[in-house]
Amino acid sequence: MNFDFADEAPKLAMLLYGVVAFVVVVGGLLLLLDVVPTRLARRRQARLAATVPAGTPLGPGRRRSREGLFALFFLLPTVLMLGVGLVIPAIRTLVLSLKNGDSTQWVGLRNYGWMVDRPEIVDILRNTALWVLLVPLLATSVGLIYAVLVDRARLEALAKSLIFLPMAISFVGAGIIWKFVYAFRPAEADQIGLLNQIWVWLGGEPQQWLANPPLNTLLLIVVMIWIQAGFAMVVLSAAIKAIPTDMIEAARLDGVNAWQQFWRITLPGIRPALVVVVVTISIATLKLFDIVRTMTNGNFDTNVIATEMYNQAFRYGQTGQGSALAVVLFILVIPIVIYQVRSLRRQREV
Amino acid sequence: MTTTPTRAGTDAPATIAGRVRRRLNTRWATAASIVIAIVWTIPTFGLLISSFRPEDQIKTTGWWTFFADPQLTLENYEQVLFGRSSSTGQLASYFLNSIVITLPSVLFPLAFAALAAYALAWINFRGRDWIYIGIFALQIVPLQMALVPLLSFFSQGVGIGGIDLLPAWNLDDEQRFIQVWFAHTCFALPLGVFLLHNFVSQLPRDLMEAARVDGATHPKIFRTIVLPLITPALAAYGIFQFLWVWNDLLVALIFAGGGDETAPLTVRLAELAGTRGNEWQRLTSGAFVAIVVPLLVFLSLQRYFVRGLLAGSVKG
Repeated sequence: MNFDFADEAPKLAMLLYGVVAFVVVVGGLLLLLDVVPTRLARRRQARLAATVPAGTPLGPGRRRSREGLFALFFLLPTVLMLGVGLVIPAIRTLVLSLKNGDSTQWVGLRNYGWMVDRPEIVDILRNTALWVLLVPLLATSVGLIYAVLVDRARLEALAKSLIFLPMAISFVGAGIIWKFVYAFRPAEADQIGLLNQIWVWLGGEPQQWLANPPLNTLLLIVVMIWIQAGFAMVVLSAAIKAIPTDMIEAARLDGVNAWQQFWRITLPGIRPALVVVVVTISIATLKLFDIVRTMTNGNFDTNVIATEMYNQAFRYGQTGQGSALAVVLFILVIPIVIYQVRSLRRQREV
Repeated sequence: MTTTPTRAGTDAPATIAGRVRRRLNTRWATAASIVIAIVWTIPTFGLLISSFRPEDQIKTTGWWTFFADPQLTLENYEQVLFGRSSSTGQLASYFLNSIVITLPSVLFPLAFAALAAYALAWINFRGRDWIYIGIFALQIVPLQMALVPLLSFFSQGVGIGGIDLLPAWNLDDEQRFIQVWFAHTCFALPLGVFLLHNFVSQLPRDLMEAARVDGATHPKIFRTIVLPLITPALAAYGIFQFLWVWNDLLVALIFAGGGDETAPLTVRLAELAGTRGNEWQRLTSGAFVAIVVPLLVFLSLQRYFVRGLLAGSVKG
């Protein structure tokens, strides 16, 4: 055993610093806001008492500017952090995407042209498209079917927890879990991966699943569906329960069967939730990094935009190309968001 | 599209055939849901069983043979957590890193987002709507857009035209936790402000106005009225952020590096999966070491988490 607590002391000290910093920053901010205005108000009151007869209310303008001061301090940490950590970096990324690998020269749009020219990057874009098409579709379908199936069934809570559980597991953990399912042993040995064992039972030769394109990308997609179906199921299940029961009763009285009830009442009733689920999963899938990185590290034609962006920017030192890939990712998110905003607005108008 | 109402009687379950069919339907529904539940659970279950099997068995036989010949051991966990050689994982140290990373990365965004949400909902000032829309819109910026410049901001500082505006932070070893906290806080804020604003803005106006009339200042209202009332929302967002940070790989890879001084469990596991992909006795137990904390948090606080999820996604 070489685990020694003394070696870990610096980390705990850092944690302590972090928590102390938190208390100082947040507590200090609240204290400052508490003390300063009270003191100011007292002084102003004293001054007012000296000049104007008591009972005259404060002018609205003065009150408003004080409100602004409060707002400034309440918002300061957030605005500062977002500015330094997100807004300025995003703009810089945009600029860097127009420069070369070590950001010394302007190259115009060459980094974007590079994506279209290089077949391996085109493959990456194609893989990403496959992910973004299949994961939202299948994860939402499974989640919806399951939500309908277990709705008001016995043990509903338990049944939902089982599907929902993968949400708590990290993508890395999920990657390892599924890598084990896909594990390969030569034909003469016993299989340890479930998929190959089933395949052998069915009379097939054991396969190196993760090394065979294009099947391997589909098998990675299964992992993401496995994680996201739970999310879809929980949101859609809540939406299904929000459909007014008298509507369902009325349909029942009209002699509508379960199938028709699903298509004519449930589905239109949960449309807003459905849009949100599909959009959320699409965006998460677009940015997907961990699963590919853990399971194949992008080998065997399984790369996607986010993993390639990481490789270009942080492994090959090609800041320009990495930044251009990040920008492409951003551009691809925009139409999805526009779709969501539009369809939700239409929903409200109806 | 118009839907014509179906004529009553065509599919009425009043007949015996109809009733039989409906019962069959529920039976099929039950069967289908059980199948899905099994398919969803088995991969995790297999890994859990395997993590307790002796090394030679994991590597030579499938975990399903365990039931014919059950042998359990804690050896894998001992090795992966506290093992001597560097190939074993030494996850105990990384486990601690995960904790050190996670706590401040949850606390800071929680507090900052709550303060901002209050200001945006209940303080009148010019430009309020614009700031809210700005923060709201930032939700769609993928964090990939910020990674490269943020890292160079930490390591090289910010300068324009040779003039240093901000010096480099020059953090090494344990100090790099600071940049991880900073990055996680920045990336968490847009969603956090949005979620908490949804909640804070729905507090009753009368309550706020009564407090104002009584002469309470904004900080006082925030502390004594708003904070207690939004505890469920804080819990929901806290769990959300906890799961996100604990399970994150990308931010940690870039800002914490790979060493055992700062890298969290996810980074170490991804590394093990890459370099020692066939050491299943370590990967199975290691994966469970990483999974167990979020799983416990999740199971015990699921109610809050689901509520937060619904507030965040459906209201959108």
